Amino acid sequence: MDAEQIARLANQRRADAITMIHRAGTGHTGGALSVLDILSVLYYDILRVRPEQPLWEDRDRFLLSKGHSVEGYLALLADLGFFPKEELRTFSVAGSRLIGHPSNKTPGVEVCTGALGHGLPVGVGMALAAKRLQKNYRTFVVMGDGEQAEGSVWEAAMAGAHYKLDNLFAMIDRNGLQISGSTEQVMALEHFHDKWAAFGWEVTDVDGHDVGALLDYFHSAKAGGKPHCLICHTVKAKGLPFAENQKDWHHKVPTAEQVQQGYKALGVEGVSWA
Amino acid sequence: MKTEAVRMAFTKRLLELAREDKALFAVATDSRGSVTLGDFASELPTQFVECGIAEQDAIGVSAGLANAGLRPFVCGPACFYSLRSAEQVKVDVAYSHMNVKIMGVSGGVSYGALGGTHHATQDIALMRAIPGLEIFLPADGPQMEKLTDYLAGSGEPAYVRMGRGAVPTVYEGEVPFTPGKANRLAAGQDAALIACGEMVYPALEAAKRLGQKGIRVSVYDMHTLRPLDEAAVLEAAETGLVVTVEEHSVHGGLGGAVAEVLAVKKPTQMRILGLPDEWLRSGASAEVFAHYGLTGEGIAAAVLEAMGQ
Repeated sequence: MDAEQIARLANQRRADAITMIHRAGTGHTGGALSVLDILSVLYYDILRVRPEQPLWEDRDRFLLSKGHSVEGYLALLADLGFFPKEELRTFSVAGSRLIGHPSNKTPGVEVCTGALGHGLPVGVGMALAAKRLQKNYRTFVVMGDGEQAEGSVWEAAMAGAHYKLDNLFAMIDRNGLQISGSTEQVMALEHFHDKWAAFGWEVTDVDGHDVGALLDYFHSAKAGGKPHCLICHTVKAKGLPFAENQKDWHHKVPTAEQVQQGYKALGVEGVSWA
Repeated sequence: MKTEAVRMAFTKRLLELAREDKALFAVATDSRGSVTLGDFASELPTQFVECGIAEQDAIGVSAGLANAGLRPFVCGPACFYSLRSAEQVKVDVAYSHMNVKIMGVSGGVSYGALGGTHHATQDIALMRAIPGLEIFLPADGPQMEKLTDYLAGSGEPAYVRMGRGAVPTVYEGEVPFTPGKANRLAAGQDAALIACGEMVYPALEAAKRLGQKGIRVSVYDMHTLRPLDEAAVLEAAETGLVVTVEEHSVHGGLGGAVAEVLAVKKPTQMRILGLPDEWLRSGASAEVFAHYGLTGEGIAAAVLEAMGQ
């Protein structure tokens, strides 16, 4: 799929996400929107998955370790046909399988995530299994930048390099903000690139909203004995001009009026399922 | 008296099974020595994963291996897997329903002289509070072999707690083992002892001592803590006095599980024998047991006391 088409679809999923959060009265707006270009590139172009056969054994594995950004992820899975789009209406409704963090009761979701620092260790296991079983699937883990303070991330970073998992991609949604403020104020990450490099990963920085650059990265990625770390520089709440780069929008819920403003800013007419 | 370390019975059997079944994996945290996985690691290196001293990572990695259809046994000290990596056990294994077997060795006060950092006396309470995990405490080596056969073929996540040292063999010849079904090893009408893990043998010794005084007690080996054999608990309660025995805190382990059943279904006089709610006295495990009355003699005395004798 070409970059322009993916960027358009990513904005449509942003519209889905803010609508879901508004209807539910709960959700994580900022991170759901910052990560959506990355997720859209993966799901619309890179990942080899079969929506009609979610447990196909040679599927690429994807883990949303920053599980609180669940809304756009669910909207993507629905758009690809893993489950009916109308089900998005049930997001966060009591008893629904579409809950506030990814659950593997939802078709297409590999394991439950949402407790931070869990995705990369599980991803290391998946990637290592592919090596041992001589399978060609790849494993992709998306983490938050605030999440990088969890020690288990770095345990897995060591293991990924130790086992030379060049079939493993760790992507960080580097929007610079976490719930209490900037990452640098809360627990400084910089020199972030150098830390991952020192742990033995092949590290690349990219504009996490430049769909063309993200596509180029994945299409040119080579297996060279090192796991891949992609630091995606993003804007929290990307696409909502009144919310961008404001820490309060980590889990602020948009009003009906703000949803309409959002549709306009995103250049979409609305959502089909609501 | 034949003795055998339960962990060695486990690793010997796992290696035999893994030679034939390439989906069986062992995952370690610099624990191949303490678990006795050295032979496995050298003979089947492609089925062995070393994670270094990183229990959180090891549990997550195991969940990832299971997602790919492998059947990992992640093996290391019970004190670390039960607490250091508790959230990974909860989320990556149990909540996500990944087929991982968590094998906690040197449980209870196996590392008695090493102090509170290395005592694993909260593990059962913790694992019992996580839905979806089967929980086993094998009584001896032969039972562990049977349990290993079951675990290798099972699709359910499980926690298994073993000790470190050689313990007397309870079972000889035919070893009855059905997961979730307690073994009644002695029958008596005056009281019932329900024990688990390596406390089954001293419970049998206590029954012998009591027998010499003309007191007949039933003895149950409750090797499975989840699913708990409620029928056996209710049968034990027919005697009018149930005494549980475990190498664990008196809070939340076997005694707690039995009390939860009896309080609701058949209120019965009980004693919960185990390790007290305090930082334990350090010492070799036999010394710790002697101090806290977890010996044949101590258990028999507790039964007599409860009977008012």
